[in-house]
Amino acid sequence: MNTADNVVEMRSISKGFNGVSVLKDVSFDVRQGEVHALAGGNGAGKSTLMKILQGVYQADAGEILIGGKPASINSIQDAKAAGIGMVFQEFSLVPSLTVAQNIFLAAEPLGQGGLIDDRAAVRRAKEVFAEMEVDVDPRAEVARLGTAYWQLTEIAKALAQNATVLIMDEPTASLARHESEALFELIDRLKQRGISIIYISHRMDEVYRLADRITILRDGRHLLTEPLTAVTPEQIVEGIVGKKIEGQLSYRARQAAQDVEPLLEVRGLNAGLRVRDVSFTLRPGEIIGLAGLMGSGRTELARALFGIDKVDSGEVLLHGKRVSLASPQQAINAGVALIPEDRRAQGLVLEHSVQDNLLLPLLGQIQRGPLLDGARGKELSSSLIKRFAVKVAHPHRPVRLLSGGNQQKVVIAKWLGTDPDILILDEPTAGVDIGTKSEILDMIRELASAGKAVIVISSEYPELLAVSDRVLVLKDGSIIRDIPRSEIADEEYLQLAVQGV
Amino acid sequence: MSKANTIAPRDTAATRNFGNTLKELDWRRYVIYIGFVVVFLFFAVLLRDQGFLSPNNLLNIFRQTATITVIAVGMTYVIACAEIDLSVGSVAGLSSVCTAMALSQWGLIPGILAGLAVGLVVGSVNGALVSLLGIPSFLVTLGMLGIAVGVAQWITASAPQPILNDTFNMLFGSGNFGPVPGLVVWSAIFVAIGAVVLNRTRFGRQVLATGGNRNAAEFTGINTKRIKFQVLLVSGVAASVAGMLYAGRLQSGRFQWGAGDELSAIAAVILGGTSLFGGFGSIVGTLFGALLIGLINNGLILAGLDSSQQQVVRGAIIILAVALARKK
Repeated sequence: MNTADNVVEMRSISKGFNGVSVLKDVSFDVRQGEVHALAGGNGAGKSTLMKILQGVYQADAGEILIGGKPASINSIQDAKAAGIGMVFQEFSLVPSLTVAQNIFLAAEPLGQGGLIDDRAAVRRAKEVFAEMEVDVDPRAEVARLGTAYWQLTEIAKALAQNATVLIMDEPTASLARHESEALFELIDRLKQRGISIIYISHRMDEVYRLADRITILRDGRHLLTEPLTAVTPEQIVEGIVGKKIEGQLSYRARQAAQDVEPLLEVRGLNAGLRVRDVSFTLRPGEIIGLAGLMGSGRTELARALFGIDKVDSGEVLLHGKRVSLASPQQAINAGVALIPEDRRAQGLVLEHSVQDNLLLPLLGQIQRGPLLDGARGKELSSSLIKRFAVKVAHPHRPVRLLSGGNQQKVVIAKWLGTDPDILILDEPTAGVDIGTKSEILDMIRELASAGKAVIVISSEYPELLAVSDRVLVLKDGSIIRDIPRSEIADEEYLQLAVQGV
Repeated sequence: MSKANTIAPRDTAATRNFGNTLKELDWRRYVIYIGFVVVFLFFAVLLRDQGFLSPNNLLNIFRQTATITVIAVGMTYVIACAEIDLSVGSVAGLSSVCTAMALSQWGLIPGILAGLAVGLVVGSVNGALVSLLGIPSFLVTLGMLGIAVGVAQWITASAPQPILNDTFNMLFGSGNFGPVPGLVVWSAIFVAIGAVVLNRTRFGRQVLATGGNRNAAEFTGINTKRIKFQVLLVSGVAASVAGMLYAGRLQSGRFQWGAGDELSAIAAVILGGTSLFGGFGSIVGTLFGALLIGLINNGLILAGLDSSQQQVVRGAIIILAVALARKK
């Protein structure tokens, strides 16, 4: 292999934190103009490796070569100077500034007298967008734009700083389908311009669509680097998880009793603009999937059922009795639990310990008189950690330190500790690796088998089809189709149904 | 890594665990205690001839910091909940005035009730404006700071209100309970109840969760509006008790009592390790924060610095302590 082609080469990188080894002798290289997928489970070391390349962390051992020459990257500034740009998963833009101001943040073009020349910034931003062949108004305030434009701004920001290598971490996580497709086309164009892309994603179809080569890390070690033409999806999944996953993502028919009384009955529910005249029933042991485009009212329906958004009209019956769900407290008391879509913003107090997070909805259970019983709390939290196989070094350390998949398990565990009758999960596997994903899907199936009723919201059709017994299709806040799983032949069918064809 | 621990022979695992524990021990969290000891030893050596270590002087430090401690206990709840209460000093002044006036008019019990009523009313108004109307607590309590001190000055026509009721004065600040000064007992009660409620009750956990991530707390079924209301109520009531302690110790009610105490209380809370951004709170830390401020005041006076120099040194020490305690 000719190392001169490598724009970035990381050799035998090792890194540990507090004596815990995170990366062991990992080598990784990127050629000019290639899309190199980086895969691995949560905690495999992908983000640590990328943070070393970006200068956030320094490697304990090993070296980095940029363009064939040894480089010392000790800060984010060093990485930028070396041409490494990052498109952040959580966008690093200032919402109150314009697109152009964000692109040239801290690198503003200066005019005469050392003052910022905003006009030049706008002009140069336009040039960058023209090169990317996308249409974004550099004068628009970022806060007013949708997430797809945020991402384009991020990419433009990196390109404006002459980045030759772009790191993209789950770039499609918050994009709608057609926006993702536009991003893929942009990536193709960037590739043709000789820009290299390190692409981190859990989604196999994207990896196959875009990447030239793939590197898989497992438990902090380099497992393989192969052209994608030489590996099968099964091999990749097996490499990431460390074992074969069979059938987890395929539907297993379960018989939900049809003749029993519905657990939940919703009649003519209206809430705000995005929930309009919604009626459906949910039986014990049944899993309903909610499908629909972004903004179709899926999340809003969940919020209304959990008492977060105000219900304007309509009624909700639980066990055949009319209930009022005007606040989350009432919903919880009625036996409803919601796993919200954004685990970091809505599901967890990130700075608090794993144990505190787990116990937050369960404080009533560990009360003795007016005081909380510490011993009982500890017992309860460790039993939840065990039951849901959360990988946690120490339950008293902040939950922020856990990997995304384990954070999601904490959110699920915290809610299942309340023993709800009805569980609503909003995008339960977003940003979660394939191994944890199949664990979560199994968990959902087990719950239903135990007689609970489950509502799953997901933008990933394979996942939706893997668990749902029935799929409700939402459009503009109304249910337009109610399809039994047996009538859905494949993903294509569901996709057409969602688009209202 | 946990696997490695179980495989390793017991004794090495134990030593490594101990090493890890030491390494993981976040000394920044204890900087207030370290600072307290260092400053104490420094004064003890430097001022040994000025009577710094005499029991009387040490008791004095406790006595002088009692009102700040009481206010700061309430403030800990507010700050842990990611809010702020700037009105506490004025509330103390208004409470001292109302207590004094009601005492002379109607007697002991109405006097105490009048003082508490000030805290309840102001705390409720603060809480309602913050939680129901969603106005930032900084602005609400900044306005209330002016209103409370203005009302206190207005109803007394700026005149001090003497308190001649000996029972009141004995109970609130001037007297002793057995050998222990009353003020010390009062602050001990507030610290003890404050610490237990924050660490060991549902309310305390919900305050911390609301301060740490209000959205997640709301999604967990916590009524965060009620929690915000309650912390401001707690702070108002604590400040009104502090006002009565001023009144009892100085045997009069005056609108100036407590002026500027909000800054000392906030400094004590932050020095004690409570996060200014909410989510964490330590009442015992707050006590030591208040004591450290009292210690510095006392030491500087004994060292013969005049009040302008005291202010400079005090400010520098507070900045230094907070800088050391901050997370990287």
